[in-house]
Amino acid sequence: MTAYTATVTVRLKHGVLDPEAETTKQALERLGFELSELRSADRFEIDLEADDAAEAEERAESMAERLLANPTIHDYEVSAAPAAESA
Amino acid sequence: MTVAVVQFGGSNCDRDAVRALRYLDIDAERVWHEDGLPADTTGVVIPGGFSYGDYLRAGAMAARSPIMQEVRDAAADGKPVLGVCNGAQIGCESGLTEGAFTTNKSARFQCEHVHLRVERADTPWTENFEEGDVIEIPIAHGEGRFEITEERYDDLVDNDRVLFRYCDADGNVTDEANPNGSTHNVAGILGERDSVAVLMPHPERATLPDVGGIDGESILTGFRV
Repeated sequence: MTAYTATVTVRLKHGVLDPEAETTKQALERLGFELSELRSADRFEIDLEADDAAEAEERAESMAERLLANPTIHDYEVSAAPAAESA
Repeated sequence: MTVAVVQFGGSNCDRDAVRALRYLDIDAERVWHEDGLPADTTGVVIPGGFSYGDYLRAGAMAARSPIMQEVRDAAADGKPVLGVCNGAQIGCESGLTEGAFTTNKSARFQCEHVHLRVERADTPWTENFEEGDVIEIPIAHGEGRFEITEERYDDLVDNDRVLFRYCDADGNVTDEANPNGSTHNVAGILGERDSVAVLMPHPERATLPDVGGIDGESILTGFRV
């Protein structure tokens, strides 16, 4: 077993309205920034022990399916890498 | 013989629901989610509030608590189950109903009276209405925008699952009368059975005459056995 960090990124499906992102964009524009579009996403970093990266990804994917993402409105991406050495 | 009003940490409309039901001579009690449904449960209300602080997504945590399996079983047995506001978000998250309720188009919390058009008058919740009736009930939510894929929406319509739509005082379903940007103005939907319903507006806040408006009364009488 090796320590891995799986990363799950959850974002709204293309075409689903994101009023929070729109509000954030407007706030940036009020500060004088120029931008065309802003998208936001939730990123979960999950430390877990697994035999290999594929198993870590598979478990994180189940977590995304069961809880972290809502399939009606969200897409998600999963990746896994050996955990950074803890300090 | 009691309607179980399921209380999670952060529920805040549980007392209102019990009071409104008792006013209608329907036996009701608050049930802490960890205690499970009482053996004599005749129906279930999932009340409004901010269960688990709306962490992750409104309703996401409560929807995955063990009592929701009991609620799904009760629903499958034909017992009436009503999710209101946060209870509607929990209902969708738990698979009792299709779709999802997410951030209002305005990005603001909205607390106001709205008009609803009755789309189905042959359910336990609406049998005192006629199809097309316009009723007035308050909303109070930040995440009430009904979202669903077009394909699933077509299925909802084909299977007559839409219970209420936001409309103007004359019953016209318009963008102006849509308080939160919900897909096709959907305010409330039915589950697999007509005895399962979720809606963002609060019928328990439109039942006691002293509070103002009694159009919610007929919805809650869906719990009369």
